[in-house]
Amino acid sequence: MGSRVHGKSAKKLIFPKSPSGIKGLDEILEGGLPTGRPTLVCGNAGCGKTLLAMEFLVRGATEYNEPGIFMSFEESAGDLIQNVASLGFDVQKLIDEKKIFIDFVYFEKNEIEETGEYDLEPLFIRLGNAIDTVGAKRVALDTIESLFSGLSNETILRAELRRLFRWLKVRGVTAIITGESGINSSLTRHGLEEYVSDCVIFLDHRIDDQISTRRLRVVKYRGSLHGTNEYPFLIDEQGITVFPITSLKLEHGTSNERLSTGIERLDAMLEGKGFYKGSSILVSGTPGTGKTSVASSFAHAICRDGKKCLYFAFEESPSQIIRNMRSIGMDLKPWVDAGLLRFHSSRPTVFGLESHLAVMFKTMQDFKPDVVVVDPISNLLSVSDEKNVQSMFTRLIDTLKNQQVTTMMTNLTHFGIEEQTQVGISSLMDTWILLKDLEAEGERNRGLYVLKSRGMAHSNQIREFILSEQGISLIEPYIGMGEVKTGSARYIQETIDTAEAKKHEEELERQRVKLETRRKVLDAQIAALQAEFETEKSEFERIMEEEKQAKHAKRQEKNHLGSMRG
Amino acid sequence: MVRNKKKSTDLANKAENFEQALGASSHNHYVLRLYVTGITPKSRIAIQNIKKICEENLRGRYDLEVVDIYQQPDLIREEQILAAPTLIKKLPLPLRKIIGDMSNTDRILVGLDLKVKE
Repeated sequence: MGSRVHGKSAKKLIFPKSPSGIKGLDEILEGGLPTGRPTLVCGNAGCGKTLLAMEFLVRGATEYNEPGIFMSFEESAGDLIQNVASLGFDVQKLIDEKKIFIDFVYFEKNEIEETGEYDLEPLFIRLGNAIDTVGAKRVALDTIESLFSGLSNETILRAELRRLFRWLKVRGVTAIITGESGINSSLTRHGLEEYVSDCVIFLDHRIDDQISTRRLRVVKYRGSLHGTNEYPFLIDEQGITVFPITSLKLEHGTSNERLSTGIERLDAMLEGKGFYKGSSILVSGTPGTGKTSVASSFAHAICRDGKKCLYFAFEESPSQIIRNMRSIGMDLKPWVDAGLLRFHSSRPTVFGLESHLAVMFKTMQDFKPDVVVVDPISNLLSVSDEKNVQSMFTRLIDTLKNQQVTTMMTNLTHFGIEEQTQVGISSLMDTWILLKDLEAEGERNRGLYVLKSRGMAHSNQIREFILSEQGISLIEPYIGMGEVKTGSARYIQETIDTAEAKKHEEELERQRVKLETRRKVLDAQIAALQAEFETEKSEFERIMEEEKQAKHAKRQEKNHLGSMRG
Repeated sequence: MVRNKKKSTDLANKAENFEQALGASSHNHYVLRLYVTGITPKSRIAIQNIKKICEENLRGRYDLEVVDIYQQPDLIREEQILAAPTLIKKLPLPLRKIIGDMSNTDRILVGLDLKVKE
């Protein structure tokens, strides 16, 4: 199989691929469909096979200069042209330019009688003729399995199909063969996968909870790497988009640039610098904890720096957010007017998940924001199950990281399970800010806590989070005795503390006074003793003087007596 | 597939064809065309078989034309020929296609409305 193609490029080890041109598909196929070989695209009725085949041709004709043949076994050319017009494809124009040729093979079972041996050579001649007419490099056969309903000799049919696919390879056209899924989990009803086995793509269209999701899976791709997951895709006025649009790998660059959170004290909690550029930030909290305020204040700060912010609001209308933020002293209107801030508001239930993603991606591609805010992501849960939302956000975040766009998402949590994201995306997040109600003594206060922040030494403290007319402020809560007190409890505690301190000071003063008094008393005593001593000393001196005088007088008297005698 | 009935009756819708159809049915005149892809063994067998059947069943009231579609590939699209050989019964209506090497005489007779399907 494919030896011709293989041999040609054996040096490169990888055979050539032709980009389908379908957004996202070529990334999953690591380059595109195998050049010069047929690819089977199968799925249920209405899964988008025909559209995929048609887009493959249209993209080939318009973007890769590869004309194509669409051989239809089910729909007439007119119907096809009309059907794909809604995807923005002007096939009629391409037909007029001889870049696409639609060949409608029509047959009706009850018109055909089979007698003996036959072959499908006319079909080969027809296709070969068409390929030559426009110089086709691409071919779509949609849905060749219809032949099974028109012709009853399956042995001949199978042999001829085998021959057809071989013939396509020899002609070297890159082909898409569509096939309808079988009932019992076989890929196609008539086992086409037996013949077209180089590359098989399976499309699925499921309805879960009344919301439809389309998914694409590469079942096999012989000789090539490919993404193996189920990827959601959507069909809209720009054709098919398979997610992710960009890389599937964890190879995005990282930045050391920091972005202010818009809340001074929060910056301080994050090494004084704020978030990393291109990181993903989750702000979760119970109702009314100020998630939107944190998000808005980030948006505000970004716009103040002249950067662009795209705000997806799934709960409130833009005007409501602007009004509400004014009440905390933040005016977002000027940024909207200056074109730095764009709101995109929609109810989650308006679309299915895939459409939301598409709208988000499209708006992003259009606006090229530095920061994207999704407020809140929890609302999107209502349109799909957890797994889908999770995979959607994984892709969304990957894409944003690739483009170095900083993302802030808010998530509504419920009491008691604050530290749990419903959509299980916390591991995707670089920074997680938890907003908490701190309930005590008859009141509720807001608390803010940085649960994690990758790549920085963030604060481990809980701050009280206050929304006032002056904006958002974070203040140190009362911390003592292993307890955090906020609000009036904090106030009361602080008053108590002040009183206690005062009392203590007074006590000290009293002690000081007492000591002073004591010192004075002692001083007095010392003085008294000194005085006593002085008195005693002078008394002694007086006695001594008297004694001396007495002695002197005695001596004089003796002398006098002596002279008198002598 | 049933959607595009128009196409199959395209030719017959033309007025002259219609007249012809009326005339043919009354006289039971057959207009047959056998499309083959060159002179292959299958083509040869088919030609032999159909000639024999016509001579045995429609002598004097049929036109049989053998067309090599390699020579006229546009006819494949025009006549919506899927397989080779294909015999198209253009008249009398309804139009019918019989594919194969014409080896099953009974089936051909049914296809040509010369025999009722059992």
